[in-house]
Amino acid sequence: MSARPVPPTPPAGPRSARPTVSVTLDGEEVLAFPGETVLALARRLGVPIPTLCQLDGVSVYGGCRLCVVEVEGEHRLPLACATEVSADMDVRSTSSQLRDHRRRIVALLFAEGSHVCAACVASGACELQDLATETGVDHVPYELAFPSHEVDASHPLFVLDRDRCVLCTRCVRVCDEIEGAHVWDIAQRGNDARLVAGMDQPWGEVASCTSCGKCVAACPTGALYHQGTASGERRPDPELIAFLADARGGVWEQRDNGAASQPRDAAGSHEQGTTP
Amino acid sequence: MTTSSSRRPRVATAWLAGCSGCHMSFLDLDEALFDLAERADVVFGPLADAKVFPTDVDLTLVEGAVTNTDNLELAQAIRANTQVVVSFGDCAVTGNITALRNALGDPSELLQRVYVEHPDLAGVVPTEVVPDLLPKALPLHEVIGVDVYLPGCPPSAARIKTALFALLDAIEAGEDIATVAAAREPGDLRFGN
Repeated sequence: MSARPVPPTPPAGPRSARPTVSVTLDGEEVLAFPGETVLALARRLGVPIPTLCQLDGVSVYGGCRLCVVEVEGEHRLPLACATEVSADMDVRSTSSQLRDHRRRIVALLFAEGSHVCAACVASGACELQDLATETGVDHVPYELAFPSHEVDASHPLFVLDRDRCVLCTRCVRVCDEIEGAHVWDIAQRGNDARLVAGMDQPWGEVASCTSCGKCVAACPTGALYHQGTASGERRPDPELIAFLADARGGVWEQRDNGAASQPRDAAGSHEQGTTP
Repeated sequence: MTTSSSRRPRVATAWLAGCSGCHMSFLDLDEALFDLAERADVVFGPLADAKVFPTDVDLTLVEGAVTNTDNLELAQAIRANTQVVVSFGDCAVTGNITALRNALGDPSELLQRVYVEHPDLAGVVPTEVVPDLLPKALPLHEVIGVDVYLPGCPPSAARIKTALFALLDAIEAGEDIATVAAAREPGDLRFGN
């Protein structure tokens, strides 16, 4: 990773300057900022909670469900990324139930995709591969789907390999909220859900794509990568997104008109493959 | 089947549908192979001179997916005669490269494409000597019961050594294998390389 300023801790967000909310996290009484999410609190205190779709710098999606936690008195398992702290909340970040749920989620992601780590550009730098190690998934106890998905290599700089896509929507959010181009969307539902460019066109034909490469930097797996990347060569840069969001003082919708009409993407030079 | 403490543990390896890379990694145990030879007999596999899978085996490392009728037969013989079966490497654990064909559908169409439509080959699908392909290449645990999973493409020699000797210790001590497997360090596992 190239050297760049570390985002402020705690990251910018709607909250007062002082932590005033008393919360119990894994049996320990701690102070949280009003409006802080359980995930932000846990990270600030160095308590590991696995995540996949969550990405600093863009909006919360809550799709992968890996960051589920237990809250005393609540039957359902709330998402750490999408749940704000409240006074006297009693949160458990890990338990045998949570570990079991997380293992199942990771195993199901492997079962529904075609994640052949040995032949993947992302092997060695893949968040899904790391999650399998972290959650102890040593095999997939479900029937593997072995799906057949389209690879889109029509873009001059980048490739979309849907076999590796986990539908986390990081690319969708980054393109919409940071780049303002909204090239990506998820089409269809359930097993048919797939990442599409433009109006379900070949990526290379989508005129709104600026080739900025932020989606490629943000992708947690080997679904988006630079043309010519060989097995195990991909090096993503998801921290770039928080850096850009911070440098620009907020996501696209929060900017005033003056800021939004500035010459576009002064930070684009941080990325590989940026077109002139 | 229980191990008699009066004899040395009997270890086998098997090579189903894989590239033999896991066995290459096994050979990378180097001097630890002497430790293995000191405390166990290697009774079957590419590294032992035996044609038929023997009976009363304590530990078998199975490399490769189950992709044809020969693989299926050997896998069943292994399960019937082995106390602890290890799914050894990504092809056995997930199907891996061997299972890439599954997304392409019916194997007879693949054989047609490769042997008949290919301009440099004889124009016939071979049927003699070679075993029939199964409809899908399958991970080992979809075919037989598996006791321990050792992912990796290939698993590193260090990982194989750790698993192998921990399992031999457990077998000799008569410990429950599931408990021993669950007690390992999560960081020791990794799909791919």
